[in-house]
Amino acid sequence: MKHVIAVIVENKPGVLARVSSMFARRGFNIHSLTVGPTEDDTMSRMTVVVDGPEMEQIIKQLYKLVHTVKVTEFEPGTAIEREIMLVRVNADAKRRGEILDAARVWEARAVDVGVATITFEVTGPPERLADFLQLMNSYGIVSLAKSGRIALPRDQKSNKKQLKSA
Amino acid sequence: MAEQLTGAEALIRSLEYEGVEVVFGMPGGAILPAYDPLLDSSIRHVLARHEQGAGHMASGYAHATGRVGVAVVTSGPAATNILTALQDAYMDSVPMVVVSGQVATTAIGNDAFQEAHTWGMSMPATKHNELVTSADEIPDLIREAFHLASTGRKGPVLIDIPKDVLGATMTWHRPGEVRLPGYRPAVKGHPKQVKAAVDLIERSERPVFYVGGGVVAAGATEELQRFAEMIHVPMVTTLMARGAFPDSNPLNLGMPGMHGTYTATTALQRSDLLITLGARFDDRITGDVKQFAPEAKVIHVDIDPAEIGKIRFADVPIVGDAKIVLEQLIAQTERGGPQPNRDAWFAAINEWRTTHPLSYEQDPDGPIQQQYVIEELQRLTGGDATIVAGVGQHQMWTSQFWRFEEPRRWINSGGLGTMGYAVPAAIGAKAGRPEDVVFAIDGDGCFQMTGSELITAAVENIPIKVAVMNNASLGMVKQWQNLFYDGRLSQTALSPTVPDFVKFAEACGCVGLRADRPSEVAGVIEQALAINDRPVLIEFTCDPEAMVFPMVPAGGSNDDIILSREDLA
Ligand SMILES: Cc1ncc(C[n+]2csc(CCOP(=O)(O)OP(=O)(O)O)c2C)c(N)n1
Repeated sequence: MKHVIAVIVENKPGVLARVSSMFARRGFNIHSLTVGPTEDDTMSRMTVVVDGPEMEQIIKQLYKLVHTVKVTEFEPGTAIEREIMLVRVNADAKRRGEILDAARVWEARAVDVGVATITFEVTGPPERLADFLQLMNSYGIVSLAKSGRIALPRDQKSNKKQLKSA
Repeated sequence: MAEQLTGAEALIRSLEYEGVEVVFGMPGGAILPAYDPLLDSSIRHVLARHEQGAGHMASGYAHATGRVGVAVVTSGPAATNILTALQDAYMDSVPMVVVSGQVATTAIGNDAFQEAHTWGMSMPATKHNELVTSADEIPDLIREAFHLASTGRKGPVLIDIPKDVLGATMTWHRPGEVRLPGYRPAVKGHPKQVKAAVDLIERSERPVFYVGGGVVAAGATEELQRFAEMIHVPMVTTLMARGAFPDSNPLNLGMPGMHGTYTATTALQRSDLLITLGARFDDRITGDVKQFAPEAKVIHVDIDPAEIGKIRFADVPIVGDAKIVLEQLIAQTERGGPQPNRDAWFAAINEWRTTHPLSYEQDPDGPIQQQYVIEELQRLTGGDATIVAGVGQHQMWTSQFWRFEEPRRWINSGGLGTMGYAVPAAIGAKAGRPEDVVFAIDGDGCFQMTGSELITAAVENIPIKVAVMNNASLGMVKQWQNLFYDGRLSQTALSPTVPDFVKFAEACGCVGLRADRPSEVAGVIEQALAINDRPVLIEFTCDPEAMVFPMVPAGGSNDDIILSREDLA
């Protein structure tokens, strides 16, 4: 099962390397990892999607990194989760209309149209991206670029499980 | 008054500010600027012959004194040389600060001469590390390094400083408060868990303390003694905890695990409650984890939350400093009820003790047994010596047969099992506690890895003593080949005569002595103990066929202890 954790780290050089090195060394599997600024410019937020049952160890090991300030695991359904992707599909003149119709239903934006392909941008919850991809598969996916996941807790304090360092 | 210093001067002043009295190291290109102000400093520099040696010296110093050990090395090959010592200290939670030189910031990433990615390579081998990018940061980063090394779960910290940063000018300022928003090591145990622990103990019929190196690190040995005697519960002391509790106290069952005493290992195995203090359920202790202490509930006290539940589920987890948690446990026990009758438990333990003591035989006309040397050493020093071991059979026999009475007088490489640890670590220990007799007990294989540090000992006037147990083999590996590879000995034979250890010692400026027969053992030890102005090496020509027992084969169950060669038939 995949778990989503938010890791607030000090915004210092090399902090991403520290986190990924720890995951590699301990044999934890990262499904995706994103990092970016937060409302506080001394801190960065990482959103890590991890496989596997060792959540307690993963969280404790993250806390052991000196630059880790806070780790939060989201209970399923308690976070707003988003991904973005760019997907280029085969779209010859014959099927172009059909593909664009489908894309409209999914709120996928056509961001590049070529002779034989269309490139869509899709943003949303991970399941939506997965469903769109499945649909486009039948037309033939030429290339795909996908971001990692970002997440914020929903504004309901009681819904999230916070793991303190001690 | 704004005083202008170079980064190098700021570094040395910061080390002085931390109260550093001695650093171990070797100069070179990138660190050169730091060696100049060192000339004018009160800090003593011990010139090691290899940076791995410098690292283990810092470790030995830290073990012996409880203070932070410091090593200073240059970039590239020096930094890679000290990596082994960093990983070693990391595994054994030894407080150390290593300062390494780095190529100039303008050259980093260009494969410059003697460039190595020290920051990246040392990251998984340290508690924390930093690459300094401006001379202004030096006072605060050095303060932070010492703070991190010596608090919480102790460990090594590396500070990598580029040459141009050492050369740059900065305005000196005393380091401020350490500001690490994510670093808040727990100190006090949660009162609810402390109470739960005491309740469990009061209901346990077969409790045993499982004591690890964390108790020594926390300086909690007096509290441990008080608590153990108060509730009258037996204990096992792991390889890293020998000396945390006196061996002369009948509650101490000795070392558990792969080469532990039958009684210690079996007591864990039959227990209904492990009172775990600063120990981490290492595979050398547990054997097959699934079959380890199957009936025991677990109280686990550790300063590192990640150790709790990592290997074995803890019924009562207590995150905190062992010294403070022990005080809490004592206070809570004073308020609690009586301890149950544990006569049956002690009867079982005493039965194991009498039926399965540690034993060996010294044939007066046969080859020297290492256990005999250790016992003679103990007798002739009156036990008043700091013992430093290498890795292998000699290490296990020393842990088994030396009677430890005090903490910080047993120094060895437990977690990493680093051959070559003993001689440099002994030098560090002696540098930190010059009044103590420091005896390295080393294997002939281990000695050949770092024996050149005898030169350091002689030239720097650090008169350690070294017993080389020459069994003409990589004994521990040979033992495994004998036991698990049908006696097919592959690359485990060492020459019985090359090197000539006595001549080697003499060539290094030390006294060399040799004992070939049991009858010579006491005499050479007495001779060695009488020499205090130079390092002394004694070569003991030992039985090459001896094996360490008891033994639990790696990954096996602690119920299946091999007690002797005869057990194998
Ligand atoms: C650096 C390093 N290399 C290899 C080993 C594997 N190893 C463990 S014990 C041992 C033999 C040690 O031989 P010696 O120093 O003669 O000690 P003895 O076992 O004979 O007492 C070896 C090779 C190790 N622990 N460390």
